[in-house]
Amino acid sequence: MIPEIGQFSLVLALCLALVQATLPLAGAATGRADWMALARPAAAGQFVFIVIAFATLEYAFLNDDFSVLFVAQHSNSALPAFYKFTAAWGGHEGSMLFWITVLAIWTLAVAAGSRSQPEEFASRVLGVLGIVSAGIIAFALFTSNPFIRLAPTPADGNDLNPLLQDPGMIIHPPTLYVGYVGMAVPFAFAVAALLTGRLDKNWAKWTRPWTVAAWIFLTCGITLGSWWSYYELGWGGWWFWDPVENSSFMPWLLATALLHSLAVTERRGIFKSWTVLLAIAAFSLSLLGTFLTRSGVLVSVHAFAADPTRGLFILGLLAAYSGGPLLLYAFRARSLEAEGGFKLVSREAFLLANNILLVIAAVTVLFGTLSPLIVDALGYGKISVGPPYFDAMFLLPMLPLAVLLGVGMHSIWRTMSGASLLQRLVWPAGIAAALGVTVPLIFYGHASLLTSVASVVGLWVCAAALLDPLRKWVLREGAPLTRAQIGMCLAHFGVGVFILGATFVSAYTVETEVSARAGEHFQVGGYDFLFRGVKPVESANFSAEEGEFEVRKGGRLVTVLASQQRVYRVQQTPTTEAAIDSRIGRDVFVALSKPVGDNAWAARIQVKPLIRFLWLGPLLMALGGIFTVLDRRYRLAIRESTVPSRSAAAPGST
Amino acid sequence: MLLIGLVLAGVAVAATFAIRAFQENLTYFITPSQVAAGQAPTRSFRLGGLVLDDSLKREPGSLTVHFVVSDLANSVPVQYTGVLPDLFKEGKGAVVRGRMGEGGEFRAEEVIAKHDENYEPPEVTDALAKAKKRTAVAE
Amino acid sequence: MWRYLIPLALFVVVAAFLLRGLNLHPNEVPSALIGKQIPEFALPTLADADAKIGSQDIAGKIALVNVWATWCIECRHEHGFLITLAKSGMPIYGLNLKDDRPAALGWLASLGNPYVASAFDADGTVALDWGVTAAPETFLIGRDGKVLFKHISPLTAQVWQHDFLPLIQAQCRASDAGCPRLTALAAR
Repeated sequence: MIPEIGQFSLVLALCLALVQATLPLAGAATGRADWMALARPAAAGQFVFIVIAFATLEYAFLNDDFSVLFVAQHSNSALPAFYKFTAAWGGHEGSMLFWITVLAIWTLAVAAGSRSQPEEFASRVLGVLGIVSAGIIAFALFTSNPFIRLAPTPADGNDLNPLLQDPGMIIHPPTLYVGYVGMAVPFAFAVAALLTGRLDKNWAKWTRPWTVAAWIFLTCGITLGSWWSYYELGWGGWWFWDPVENSSFMPWLLATALLHSLAVTERRGIFKSWTVLLAIAAFSLSLLGTFLTRSGVLVSVHAFAADPTRGLFILGLLAAYSGGPLLLYAFRARSLEAEGGFKLVSREAFLLANNILLVIAAVTVLFGTLSPLIVDALGYGKISVGPPYFDAMFLLPMLPLAVLLGVGMHSIWRTMSGASLLQRLVWPAGIAAALGVTVPLIFYGHASLLTSVASVVGLWVCAAALLDPLRKWVLREGAPLTRAQIGMCLAHFGVGVFILGATFVSAYTVETEVSARAGEHFQVGGYDFLFRGVKPVESANFSAEEGEFEVRKGGRLVTVLASQQRVYRVQQTPTTEAAIDSRIGRDVFVALSKPVGDNAWAARIQVKPLIRFLWLGPLLMALGGIFTVLDRRYRLAIRESTVPSRSAAAPGST
Repeated sequence: MLLIGLVLAGVAVAATFAIRAFQENLTYFITPSQVAAGQAPTRSFRLGGLVLDDSLKREPGSLTVHFVVSDLANSVPVQYTGVLPDLFKEGKGAVVRGRMGEGGEFRAEEVIAKHDENYEPPEVTDALAKAKKRTAVAE
Repeated sequence: MWRYLIPLALFVVVAAFLLRGLNLHPNEVPSALIGKQIPEFALPTLADADAKIGSQDIAGKIALVNVWATWCIECRHEHGFLITLAKSGMPIYGLNLKDDRPAALGWLASLGNPYVASAFDADGTVALDWGVTAAPETFLIGRDGKVLFKHISPLTAQVWQHDFLPLIQAQCRASDAGCPRLTALAAR
């Protein structure tokens, strides 16, 4: 009964989405206020029904309703309640419903926060969001219905994939989805602007906070994913350039470019084409990611069960949601002509370089991700593209970008003298160069050219980011920093931290695989590991063998790490639970694997310097984003732009 | 003019790097039947198929294992030293990356096993299907 | 004006490759067995370990061979439809894959048995011969013992009407030797 209510709710939501998708847009085109006024109530109603639908699915999970096929596939009566809740997004159908719920929340937020915008524009934004929502709900109802019943009811379910039975499940996918799906908001703003035929500084001021908000969640989501796979998968890796990872990373790269490009449009009214195309592309890549993970065209550790029918549907949505706006852009682009110029040494120039380099990075990742598909489609066999390609190709635009980042932060609009810029930056540059070259050598005794260069660049970015805060707070000179400026410094500092982390982890990680017998010692990365042997451990839904390692440095006990090799009873799949000792300076990582005979067990031991920086950096970036969103100028914008705009209505609004 | 020239030069350099990096890191997927037909490349490649039951042999106490990968028409013996992935099992699909060694034994540098009970890498399914087709044609 | 169409053009190229990509790994993999004789096999039946069932038992009539197991949730999903199909007169043979005999027998006892007989493939070697990659899979066998069609994932009424029935009707148009006498599918 309850699941049927859920399904019916979803159908009602679709109806409201269709209303939201059509009438407000028609109303904006014809000037009918009553149709435009339908946008917000439709969005609110859609939200209510979607939440009801999702709640009924959770109800089914928490009550062990195995008559619902999706619940039977992903849950089990012995599963702890916490995981029964998170299992709702542990499979394709449920995660699509989750996608829809997140979009409904964003839409509601936009509906509430758009009261200061001209009615015609706001109803167009909500209309576009309605089109997106309608398409995705239709996709769920017709190809991925989570409420399908299973008769007769099985006694118990299949259990949740053991890899997903982890606390990270409650934050990683939701955060990522909020970011991913959130890119629909700047997308809607961009399409609405194209429909209105007007894209100006005000538009940028409205769009930017939403973009930054979605970007913050996307940053956190990707970071959580990396951290989660590090400790959950048991290999010690943190990024695999896996197609699904790339699918979330490409939108992030473009979202970063977008939020910078919006700053230029907001301030100087230029880069309009860039901004519009970036907004469309970022969301398109989000949808592409959805396509790649659910259609079976690419092989990936993360991919959901393959189904080409679903793939076709999503491809259709992609064609509509990317092709449509791009066609619209082709017609309206001429009206987006720039309003001002700039010189070579200016903030605009640096931000233009920023746009270009980030797009190049995104394109190289896209190319690497799609090549297996392209090569296979052309009949040249089945290939895979290894991580070294991505590592090398990503570094190519990113290292120059990091260098320019430090300089660009201190540039001013329109034009400035190159000499004054140099004068300001010579000290931080010098310190970064000196420390970057010497510190790795001091601690590790060796450093490749790339390591030295990357260390210098990482320190350079950190130093450049700290320059203004130091000047203001320590030396007490200069104007007070606005929140946006604090945000910028914090976020860029985070970039530097990340670069340092990535450099040191890549260059100086020590990892080894051993066959260990009780009582044996291993020397790894300056630590001594004593294997104490293995003992059995039982839990609610798994049994495990737990191996203990005593970790010592210089004779002193640092910690005892206990890693488990688990077998989950229902699915009978073995999983490794790694044991990690984390400090800011390094992680000590131990993962017990299988017995190898002769009373020995296979194990991985790794010492990874500065690995926490990999996640601390992006967190600082996200924090910087939060400061930016809270900047006064956005709250002022809400108060001041009560422009009575319908009389000054845009020409060409068909 | 100078600016455009610099940009073009930069693009050309970047493109060269890109193509080189791409080609060096491209690994082809080869089936056991292709290996038997002498089509295995000399550089690193991926070999995929089913791990034959009862073929897994381990030197006790060591991380070195030997097993056989087959597409049901032809088989290739594989040697690997290292920790096997959790889901590696005889009778299931696996993909290994490495090179052909002496004596026709494949030296694996990396073992990628199935992701879950009901999933088989599409390349493996493809290889099995192709092998069946070939044996059928030969009959 | 034309340069503004470049983004759209790039998108169309990518989309074209994606579309082609969908067709490279189709779910309904045209099994390499289509048009060939079913593989020879002889297995103990599920019901009685001493009785045998083999390829010769299936030959001579149009029948379905359904790969199933108690560990396969999707199989339970299609089970109801298989019962309906069996009741309508279609002979269905089961290939019980890597299962536990008492559990499998218990399942059939409580959920109903749509199978004329089930072969017990304890280690999956016969399934391998048939090119089975997952459960459930359903094969349509012609009266000459050749494989007419293979469907992966649960069998539903739509798939039956769309893919299986036309092939059966084509074989039976000329003569109805070995053809099942199908009544309309009863509503459950």
